[in-house]
Amino acid sequence: MIPFPLHLESLLSKPLMYLVFLLIGFLFGYVLEISGFNHSPSLASQFYFKDLRVFKVFFTAIVVGMLLIFASSAVGLLDYNLIWVNPTYLWSGIVGGLIMGAGFILGGFCPGTSLVALATLKIDGGFFVLGGLVGVFLFGETVDSYSYFFNGSYYGRLTLMDVFNLPAGTIVILVTLMAVFMLWGGEQLEKVYGNKDPAKAPKARYYGAGVLVLLAVAIAIIGQPTTADRWARLEPVRAEAIAKREMYVHPGELLDTFHDHKLNLVMLDVRSEADYNLFHLLDAVHMPPEEIPAAVNDLIAMPANTVIIVMSNDETAATEVWKALSAQAVPNVYILSGGINNWLDTFATDFEEGFCGERIKAEDEQLRFEFEAALGSNCPAAYPDHDQYHFEYDKKIQLELKRAPVGGGCG
Amino acid sequence: MKKNINTPRKKFQLKDLFNRPSQPYANPYLGGVLLGLVLFASYFITGNGLGASGGLSRFAAFIEDLIAPGHIDQVPYLLSMAGGRRNPLDSWIVIVTTGVLIGGFSSGLIHGRTKIETNKGPNISKQTRWLFAFIGGILFTYGARLARGCTSGQALSGGATLSAGSWLVMFSIFGGAYALAYFVRRLWN
Repeated sequence: MIPFPLHLESLLSKPLMYLVFLLIGFLFGYVLEISGFNHSPSLASQFYFKDLRVFKVFFTAIVVGMLLIFASSAVGLLDYNLIWVNPTYLWSGIVGGLIMGAGFILGGFCPGTSLVALATLKIDGGFFVLGGLVGVFLFGETVDSYSYFFNGSYYGRLTLMDVFNLPAGTIVILVTLMAVFMLWGGEQLEKVYGNKDPAKAPKARYYGAGVLVLLAVAIAIIGQPTTADRWARLEPVRAEAIAKREMYVHPGELLDTFHDHKLNLVMLDVRSEADYNLFHLLDAVHMPPEEIPAAVNDLIAMPANTVIIVMSNDETAATEVWKALSAQAVPNVYILSGGINNWLDTFATDFEEGFCGERIKAEDEQLRFEFEAALGSNCPAAYPDHDQYHFEYDKKIQLELKRAPVGGGCG
Repeated sequence: MKKNINTPRKKFQLKDLFNRPSQPYANPYLGGVLLGLVLFASYFITGNGLGASGGLSRFAAFIEDLIAPGHIDQVPYLLSMAGGRRNPLDSWIVIVTTGVLIGGFSSGLIHGRTKIETNKGPNISKQTRWLFAFIGGILFTYGARLARGCTSGQALSGGATLSAGSWLVMFSIFGGAYALAYFVRRLWN
C-alpha cells in the first residue's frame, strides 16, 4: 500500500483535522509574509522587470514542490492518483487567467497575498480583499448567463504528461530546466531594468539549482511506478482478499444493487466488442482492458457513492482488470461472480432460451450461450425483473468512502 | 484591583509591538524553497494543494447568506456552498485561509512588518491606490472564479502537480499582467 496522502477524514476527528489545515494555512501565510508577498510594489515591480523577487519565490516554490511530489511518488511514498490535480477547462481558464492578470497589475495583489497584506495591516490589502468579496458576488450573479462557456472545453484531469505524451520524469526535468533558465534570465533583466547586481546575491543559489536539476534527473531515472509496480506493493494485502473472494459479487446482489438508488452503479464490461454486442447487462459500459489505464482518472473522480462492478464471460479477465484498478487506487471495485455466463445461468429462463438463443459448451472466458442475433441489452435477461427473484447471498459490497480529494483550494 | 503606577521599568505597551524596526524580507530563493516545502507538505499529508480564493468565496457567500438567505437559494453557484442550512464557512479551505491570516500576522509581528500603512507607487495618492486595489480585487477574484482558482490554487498548486490547465492559467495570468503593465505604469513607477 502507498501510505500517503493520508485520508484525514477517517484518521482524525473533525477538530483535529481542521487543526492540521490551520497549521498548513499558518505556515503558508508565514512563508508568504517572509517572502515579501504582502508588499504590493514588490508584487507589481516584477511586471516592469525591476525586482523579480515574487517571480523568483513563485517559480522556485513550484519546482521544489513538483520535485518533492514526484520524488515521493517515484519511491512509493505518495500516490499521485490520490492527490488533487486541477482539472483542465481550456477557455474559461485562459479568459479567467487574463482577467486575473489585469486585476494583478491594477490591484497589486492576488487573493492569497492580499490576505497576508490585510493580516499585516496594509490598507491597500484591505481594499483588495473588499474588492475580492464584491468580485465573488458579481461572479455568482453573472455566471449563469454564460454557463455553457464556463463549463465547456472540459478535459478532466489532464497533465502535461498527457499533453506531450512524455513520461513524468522527462517533464519534471524539462520544467526544472525551464525554471532555472527563467530565474537566470530574470536576474539578467533585473540587472538591466532594476540596476541590481546578480553577483551580489549568495553563491549558494547555484548549488541549489544544481541540486534541483540532479534531483529531477534522479526522478527520471527511478521512474514513476507502473501498474505492475503498484500491484506488487498491494499484492501482500489483497492476495488474501482474492483467496477469500471478498470482491466477487453474487448475481443476486448485483440485481439488488440495480435497485439501490443510494449507490451510483458503474458496470464495466471488459469482454470483446463482439460478445458485448451479442449480450450485455443494461447500462453496462464496454471497456476492454486496454482502455482501462486511460479511464482510471475518470473512475477515481466519480462521486463517493460509486460502486464499480467489473465483468467478463467468466472471472479470469475481470480479475485482472480488478487488480489493475485496485493498484491504481480506484475505490469500491468489485467483480461479478462467475461473470456473464453465471449471470445467464442464473437469469436465462426457458423464455430466454427460446427468444435469445441457447446454451452451448464453451471454454473458459468464452460465452456459453449462442445468441440468435446481436441483442445487446434487448434480451430480457439483461435486466431481470427484480420482483421475481430472491437470493440468499453473502453481501460483499461495502462502500468505502476513501476517495481522492474532490476539490482544490479554490472550490 | 488597582494597578501599580510606580512601575520602575518601562511598562509594556501593545502598540510597541507594531512599532519595531522592520527587518528586510528573506532571500527570494530561500522563500521559494520554504513555500515549496509547505506546498509539498500540504499535498503529502492531505492530498490537497494550497488555496486562497476559495476561502474568500465562502466568506462572501457567508455574508450574502446573512443579508439575503432567500437569494442564495436562487443562485446555483452560491447554492453549492451555502444552500439551505449549509454553513459556507464549514470547509477545510476556510480553515486554511484563517491559518494564512494568523501566519501572516505572526510573521509580520515578529519581523516588525505588521503596521498600518499603504504601499503604493511614488506618483499616485493613497486614495488612488485604494481605488485601484479595490478594482483589482474585483477583477482578480472574478477571474479566479471563472478559471476555478487563483495564483495559489491554480498556478502554484496545479503547477507543481503538472496539471495542463493550471500551466495555461499561470501563463494567462502573467501574460495578462505583462500585457497591461505598460499602460498602467504610472500606478507603480
